[in-house]
Amino acid sequence: MALLELRNVTRRFGDFAAVDDVSLSIEAGEFFTLLGPSGSGKTTILRMIAGFDFPDAGQILLDGKDLADTPAEKRPIHTVFQSYALFPHLSVADNISFPLRMARRDPAEIRKRLTAALEQVRLSGKADRYPHELSGGQQQRVALARALVNRPRLLLLDESLGALDAKLREEMQVELINLQREVGITFVFVTHAQVEALALSHRIAVMNQGRVEQVDEPARLYGFPRNRFVADFIGHINMMEAQVAAAGHSHLHLAVAGLGEIVTPLQKDVAVGDKGVFAIRPEQVRIGLQADLAELKNHFPGEVHSLLYQGDVSVYRVRLPNGKVVEALLPNAAPGRAELFRMGAVIKVGWRHDAGVFLHE
Amino acid sequence: MNDGRKQSHATRLTRWLVGGPPLLFLLLLVAVPGAIMVLASFRYPGEFGGLAPLFADAQTLHGVTTETYRFFFSDFIYTEVFLKSFGMALATTLICLVMAYPLAMLIARSPKRNRNLMMLLVILPFTSNFLIGIYAWMIILGPQAALNHAINALLGAFGAAPVQLLFSPFAVLIVMVYVYLPFMVLPLYTNLEKHDPLLLDAAQDLGANAWQRFWRVTFPLSRPGIFAGCALVFIPAIGMFLVPELVGGTGDIMIGNLIKEQFLATRDWPFGSTLAILLTLAVLLVLWIVAKLSARGGRYA
Repeated sequence: MALLELRNVTRRFGDFAAVDDVSLSIEAGEFFTLLGPSGSGKTTILRMIAGFDFPDAGQILLDGKDLADTPAEKRPIHTVFQSYALFPHLSVADNISFPLRMARRDPAEIRKRLTAALEQVRLSGKADRYPHELSGGQQQRVALARALVNRPRLLLLDESLGALDAKLREEMQVELINLQREVGITFVFVTHAQVEALALSHRIAVMNQGRVEQVDEPARLYGFPRNRFVADFIGHINMMEAQVAAAGHSHLHLAVAGLGEIVTPLQKDVAVGDKGVFAIRPEQVRIGLQADLAELKNHFPGEVHSLLYQGDVSVYRVRLPNGKVVEALLPNAAPGRAELFRMGAVIKVGWRHDAGVFLHE
Repeated sequence: MNDGRKQSHATRLTRWLVGGPPLLFLLLLVAVPGAIMVLASFRYPGEFGGLAPLFADAQTLHGVTTETYRFFFSDFIYTEVFLKSFGMALATTLICLVMAYPLAMLIARSPKRNRNLMMLLVILPFTSNFLIGIYAWMIILGPQAALNHAINALLGAFGAAPVQLLFSPFAVLIVMVYVYLPFMVLPLYTNLEKHDPLLLDAAQDLGANAWQRFWRVTFPLSRPGIFAGCALVFIPAIGMFLVPELVGGTGDIMIGNLIKEQFLATRDWPFGSTLAILLTLAVLLVLWIVAKLSARGGRYA
């Protein structure tokens, strides 16, 4: 049985369905992420799980038990808020032991758990400090320790890394993964940052306009997006209009106007004549001279349109014969500013026959 | 370098222009009269009021004495008036606090567009003359008024003796609370309005029920507002003379009445000054103790 289950949950604000018939099931021990743009309903779902908002229809079950009549303070679910919401009048130690006191644990146990929690987030030396005396990363760790100390069944993280700068954010991501592995508590993470979601999660639910578009492991979500929204929202992707021309036993043949035929892996639910888009990630697109790409099933002539140097990689934008521009990502493995091809250079563009995906309109 | 010096010159000038007038005002009208009071308290009263001359004749200085201070402590009656005033001011402050807190919280948590109107209603009594308010209370509490009759009828039903509301400590307390309540609401509201509602969500999320959320979060965070409100009520309340004079009985006089009497009726300026100085010192002492207490455990900004 799933630890947390959402069954056809709907939440309306007036005429607007913030959450529209969402069903999800989250397993114990999972790091589950709700990913979506702002207004996609992910925060509303989090608030309903925490008990600050209530579904208009559907059920939320924890261990198979409906939470509808359980107020927020009685749910074994704790939240790490986006702005941390640390109590400014309480020291680090008092902040962290707050949920233990609320649960009326005995003083000896409070002391024991507080010490362990402080150690876990490496703040043992800061127990008597006040929140405003801490850095952003330290405040974040206090918020984490506070939400974990009473061992909730479920930990909710609401855009929790959003307020940190890029470098600290990466450090905290690693810390968060380790912490989750260590404590074994189920995490539900809400974010609009897809890089973060891919890095942290066991599974991701991509949300759009109150609905779940796809639930999958990060690699599957990235590699096999189910529709245009998911493909576009996660990472960069090249898309071009295509129609299914033929379906072999392992491959699809797509016709692209002004370009020719593209070979791509066979997919379910695709029939000859279907119209849609062919989508391929920039890092799967290769560019080179005729000889380099000869062994690829898909290769076309192209002209270097522009070049974006980004340090670790360079993004080449190449114009195809049909006028469409595709992006190709090349790692800059050699030192110095690599510029393999100049702007305007006529080259070849290609990709493997097992790359890319056909998406329905 | 030269530019920087010019700028700091201009800044200093601005600082004096902005801070100068109020500083001068306070110096002339608080510090100087205060010093005169202190000096006056160490002198003898004049035969017909005012102060006795500093020199009896050209050679002997005899006009300086600590007589008034000794006099104050020699008779317990003065200390008693101090203690009674203290008690009255404290009771006023506590009643104002208990009444104002829920009101301020209600206003702070109502929709933003209603808050200003509600605050306007709180300070509405200021728009009418303070004295007229007190006269109104004299009529409401008067022996012929419906309120007094109703209370006595109720007391009579239980076999208790009838009471008189007006000219009693009870009347003083009611009117003092009426006068000072807005001074408690204002700082409390200003404080409570700034509280981040997310902190209450966090507390609830971490298992705190409504009662715990109040005592563990709202109340401790509102301590600066409580302190400011109590100071704004307690300090003027302890020196109040008008209310006890108009609605209090003969036994309900406060330090304010005593001081006023020394200057206007008895015409004993030195003793009046002594009482005023002791009052100021007592208030400062109370404030210092309260500040020390409220600072404990509240190191946050």
